[in-house]
Amino acid sequence: MKLMEWKLMAPKELLKIENLKTYFDTFAGLVKAVDGVSLEVREGETLGLVGESGSGKSVTALSILRIVPTPGKIIDGKIIYKEENLLEKTENDLQKIRGKEIGYIFQDPATSLNPVFTIADQLTEVIKRHQNVTKKEALKKAIELLRLVEIPDPELKIWNFPHQLSGGMKQRIAIARALSCQPSLLLADEPTTNLDVTIQAQILQLMKNLKDKLGMSMILITHDMGIVAGVADRITVLYAGRVCETADTKTIFYNPLHPYTNALLTAVPSLALRKEKLAVIPGTIPNLVEPPSGCRFHPRCEYAKAVCAEKIPPLEEVESRHYVACHRALEIDLESPLGAETNE
Amino acid sequence: MSERPFLEVKNLVKYFPISSRGVFFKKQVGVIHAVDGLNFSVDKGTTFGLVGESGCGKTSTAKAILYLDPPTSGHIYVEGEAIGDIFKSKSRKEILKLRRKMQYVFQNPYASLDPRMTVAGIIMEPLMIHKHVPKNKWHDKLYELLELVGLEEYHAERYPHEFSGGQRQRICIARALAVEPEFLIADEPVSSLDVSIRAQILNLLGELQDRIGLTYLYISHDLSSVRQISHRVAVMYLGEIVELADTDDLFKEPLHPYTRALIQAVPIPDPKTKRMKSMLPGEVPSPINPPSGCRFHPRCSEAKPECRKRTPKLVQVGPNHLVACHKYRLNIHMCAHV
Repeated sequence: MKLMEWKLMAPKELLKIENLKTYFDTFAGLVKAVDGVSLEVREGETLGLVGESGSGKSVTALSILRIVPTPGKIIDGKIIYKEENLLEKTENDLQKIRGKEIGYIFQDPATSLNPVFTIADQLTEVIKRHQNVTKKEALKKAIELLRLVEIPDPELKIWNFPHQLSGGMKQRIAIARALSCQPSLLLADEPTTNLDVTIQAQILQLMKNLKDKLGMSMILITHDMGIVAGVADRITVLYAGRVCETADTKTIFYNPLHPYTNALLTAVPSLALRKEKLAVIPGTIPNLVEPPSGCRFHPRCEYAKAVCAEKIPPLEEVESRHYVACHRALEIDLESPLGAETNE
Repeated sequence: MSERPFLEVKNLVKYFPISSRGVFFKKQVGVIHAVDGLNFSVDKGTTFGLVGESGCGKTSTAKAILYLDPPTSGHIYVEGEAIGDIFKSKSRKEILKLRRKMQYVFQNPYASLDPRMTVAGIIMEPLMIHKHVPKNKWHDKLYELLELVGLEEYHAERYPHEFSGGQRQRICIARALAVEPEFLIADEPVSSLDVSIRAQILNLLGELQDRIGLTYLYISHDLSSVRQISHRVAVMYLGEIVELADTDDLFKEPLHPYTRALIQAVPIPDPKTKRMKSMLPGEVPSPINPPSGCRFHPRCSEAKPECRKRTPKLVQVGPNHLVACHKYRLNIHMCAHV
């Protein structure tokens, strides 16, 4: 009994986002990039944020640190990090959190590193900013970081400029920079999208090892279901700025309740066997200036009914920690391409 | 398979010179060995997949085959005809005839469509050049093509920026099909598209093959899409083919250590699959000074001293299965002695 209680008590919420709305006021109209996203990350947990382009994955992550580029604005919602609402903090307070409490790995390592500064400059800048150390100590720490991300000859490589390094190496530097102040939460925005598969495998393994070693939580943003399957503990599926489904990784893959989650799984070609024809999600991703009414997936959904076009489905907890936003989630019987879960 | 293959590539080599930045003279200081002695053939009506990591020479191969970027040396035969001679003869008529046979779908649908032309203009341009359809039939042909790739008639008057990535890729395919080609090179046609759109394009390519009997050279770094669409696959590493086999054989029984590592590195969308602990170390070396012997040896876990010294040849190890690795050559050697 004690153990049960301990298990229930132990994982504390590190980050909780409630009903986040980030809009972009453009010439074409108001783009509702993130429209009521709610999610949570517990301590030591990896959350996979999955969705296609334009689903609001990156904007959600940028909103957490309040670095949404103009004309983007956070309109509404709460971002509670360690029991404090980040949206109510002053800019000065936030700067103490960015890079120190929450690390960010940007999508493209080629553009997120400054081309005119050496690796040493870029790493020591963060360390000096957040830790009270001398220049020499900062450099020593930077070399230690490069060793941590498994870069060969760190004493030499630290004097290189970004263009002298390969894509995989640059991504390792970006990871080192994000980890330099041992953050409690790491936001990784498609960290392996531009890399080759063999390098991708190296980087993912490295991130997984480091996460365990440093005991961080992580939000991993990706469009690749294969990556989250191996790395994430829980998965949140986004579509057109809203959450479709949140559950632990196994449930998402074996017992998905949202038609879009299932469609994402079936549309991917498989290495294991060749299908006669790939299952297709008809149509395209909706325009976010005038998103479809009701459930945003309804024009592409094979299970859509009249109610789906009229009412916005609320995100409901159908099982313990399994949230779905679908009117018909419990009526329809979805079959995961992997088959139902067998407890082997 | 007694028939002659549609496309034969023999000893294809493509080097790019590197010049120093002199003030008055350019001096060649080295070469990039982009493609180094490729041999393969593609049968009519099938799909040949070319897989490899970035920088291994996939696109250089494709461009060399179409003489968009002529090869340094080697021969390319289309239905038994050496096309190098035709391009060297500079006869416009002959070249156009060849171009009608072979078309190219480029990697990035955002960069390969002229933003100032309407879809109708884009798709009818090949008709104007090749004149294989009488002028009064151009619009019929246009609508036929749009329907073939799953677009609507009213799309014809729009501009490329009004379309999504998947639709643009359909326009690119329609443009390539306008000249009624027999052979299509698809260079990473789905790599810049979203997952839900990828399946649509892959299915479209498959349907077109069934309906008009197209032959494809499908280039990709994504093994799962290659598995889905190809009949035969060649795995490239630093400008060389390391393994060539029928798709099912290759994925069931990969023989070359690189192929095995590549397949294992693909993330499988199933939380229960066992993730490999050992992975390929290091990165692809520079093609300016490729490693001696087997080009894969610095990253290979099974490398022997021999691998550093001698280049392995592509040898047959099974029906339709070729591998370039000393391990297998040795096995055959031993078998022959026994």
